[in-house]
Amino acid sequence: MLLRLAWATLTRHRSRTLLAILGVAVSAAMLLDMVMLSSGMRASFRTLLLSRGFQLRLAPKGTLPFDTDATIPDASGVMRVLRTIPGVTTVSPVLGGQLHIVRGARTIAATALGVDPAVQGDYEITQGRAPASPLELVASDDFLRASGARIGDTLSAASGYDAQLRSFSGQRVLTIVGRAHFLYMPAEQRAVAIPLATLQQMQPGPATQNRDHVSLFMVKAREGEPVDSVLRRIETALPRVSAISTETAMRQVDERLSYFRQLALILGAVSLAVGFLLVTTLVTVSVNERLGEIVVMRAIGVARGRIVLQIVIEGIAIMVSGALGGLGLGLVTARYLNSILASFPGLPAAIDFFLFEPHDAWFALGLLTVAGILAGIYPSWRGASLPIAVTLREEAVG
Amino acid sequence: MSDVVMKASDLRREYHMGGELVRAVRGVTLEIARGDYVAIVGPSGCGKSTLLNLLGGIDRPTTGSVTIEGSRIDQLSDAAATRFRLHHIGFVFQRFYLMPALTAIENIELPMAEAKIPRDKRVRRGRELLAYVGLEARYGHRPAQLSGGEQQRVAIARALANKPQLLLADEPTGELDAKTGTEMIELLAQVNRDGTTIVVVTHDEDLAGAAHRVVHMRDGVVVDDRRQR
Ligand SMILES: Nc1ncnc2c1ncn2[C@@H]1O[C@H](COP(=O)(O)OP(=O)(O)OP(=O)(O)O)[C@@H](O)[C@H]1O
Ligand SMILES: [Mg+2]
Repeated sequence: MLLRLAWATLTRHRSRTLLAILGVAVSAAMLLDMVMLSSGMRASFRTLLLSRGFQLRLAPKGTLPFDTDATIPDASGVMRVLRTIPGVTTVSPVLGGQLHIVRGARTIAATALGVDPAVQGDYEITQGRAPASPLELVASDDFLRASGARIGDTLSAASGYDAQLRSFSGQRVLTIVGRAHFLYMPAEQRAVAIPLATLQQMQPGPATQNRDHVSLFMVKAREGEPVDSVLRRIETALPRVSAISTETAMRQVDERLSYFRQLALILGAVSLAVGFLLVTTLVTVSVNERLGEIVVMRAIGVARGRIVLQIVIEGIAIMVSGALGGLGLGLVTARYLNSILASFPGLPAAIDFFLFEPHDAWFALGLLTVAGILAGIYPSWRGASLPIAVTLREEAVG
Repeated sequence: MSDVVMKASDLRREYHMGGELVRAVRGVTLEIARGDYVAIVGPSGCGKSTLLNLLGGIDRPTTGSVTIEGSRIDQLSDAAATRFRLHHIGFVFQRFYLMPALTAIENIELPMAEAKIPRDKRVRRGRELLAYVGLEARYGHRPAQLSGGEQQRVAIARALANKPQLLLADEPTGELDAKTGTEMIELLAQVNRDGTTIVVVTHDEDLAGAAHRVVHMRDGVVVDDRRQR
């Protein structure tokens, strides 16, 4: 009967109920987006870092990977040492650099990665194959689009270019063998990957110079091996490198994202407050216009608690339907906002700002339901506590 | 008729209006016998409604006592008084006051549901009561789809739902035209003949004429109290 009465009351004012549900849905969507935003970047950074299974990254002492142009010298030596460390299963060297590609009269600059194609963790081949010989490369969508080149084409590439003299240094003729998606680069980055040794040898400088260096090593630890102990072994064996675990990297990400999360928290709280006020207003209005009914129910013997419960159920029904609607709305807006933010300069394309986790959705829904209960309690209790005789008289007059 | 259902002793009800003291009821003592049909009449503002509210336990006297079936209802807690009204008192108001969102039968079921009567029994009794007030065909209609007279019949059925000893009605014909008013008077007489004690406040001479006993009030006190059948 209680539910019947609550339902009957809500459906009696259909358009008002729908508007309230819509309002709650909007604020729920906002709340959900903010909850998704506050954890999304973090979670997606983590997924990205672990996407190819490398839990450790080694950078020149005192730097973060690719933070500076500094490189680790004697790369083969370091590699040999790494392979002897217990718990290390895979070592993937990476050298970052620039290449100038000559296409007819134009020169296109591209970010180049020198990698070991057999163990690399920087890209995924989407078409064609991986480089199998020193003069083969894979390229990003954007590079292929900008250069007009296709798989199978050959390109003239140089590591150094003097615009005034139009002279190139470290020039090679390379064949495109595949199209690749570069995990850690922004979507519109022109990027190519070539075998490490080729990129090292293309570096400008006198022929006698030692070119055996890399920007970074990525390391996989054996399954079941505590990553931290492998990290300590590496740092002991190689005092000239900084080893960074995913956890450390995440802490750094956290620090950089803390403003973001605070913003999300505040905006989330605001949308929760808006939803709360909306339902409180609605319940208050509905209680006030039903004072006669409420007081008559009391007169004919309906317990105060039951009247409060009925009105609270109405509040919860609005909150929950609004929240469910908001769930859908929130996911749609999150996807849209994500597509806007995906072109945020300098961020890997794979980073999602909004991440849907069912746990978060339940959290937001739960918060809203609690808000719905609270929003209903005060006005309904006040309505159900009015003196019966006096209120009846006032209602009869009004 | 010696069995007393309700007894009011030296009832007083005062209101504070700003600095002014309004004495709405100023010392009413009244005994109502089981099965009686009592009309309270008197000029507007003499305290009839106030007295009825005190008798029904929806208002509390400033001093004095109301005893119904041996219970001092003026001393009950709010929750206990509510429970008492549910089982022992039926109310009928001038403005019907049905739940607009509920159908006729649901309105009648409401006090039964509160009394935890199972659904099938509620529906059965609801149908019986609707038939009793002559509205068996209108059980699925909402108050807005019923005439004033029909709404008041549903209100009487609702008041009788939990088989109360006492039916209290404040101007039950006040919003009805003469013809429906007469039907209402007949219905109330029927309810009384079937065993329910009725106290009705009214300006309607026909309604008062149908009662067994008429209590005249003036300025918050009883000035005349006579049995007419
Ligand atoms: N809540 C209140 N506050 C102040 N005065 C009140 C209140 N309720 C009733 N009164 C006063 O008490 C007196 C009696 O009112 P009551 O409603 O009982 O009269 P009544 O006999 O029912 O009148 P009517 O026939 O017009 O319905 C009136 O003077 C009224 O103004
Ligand atoms: Mg009155």
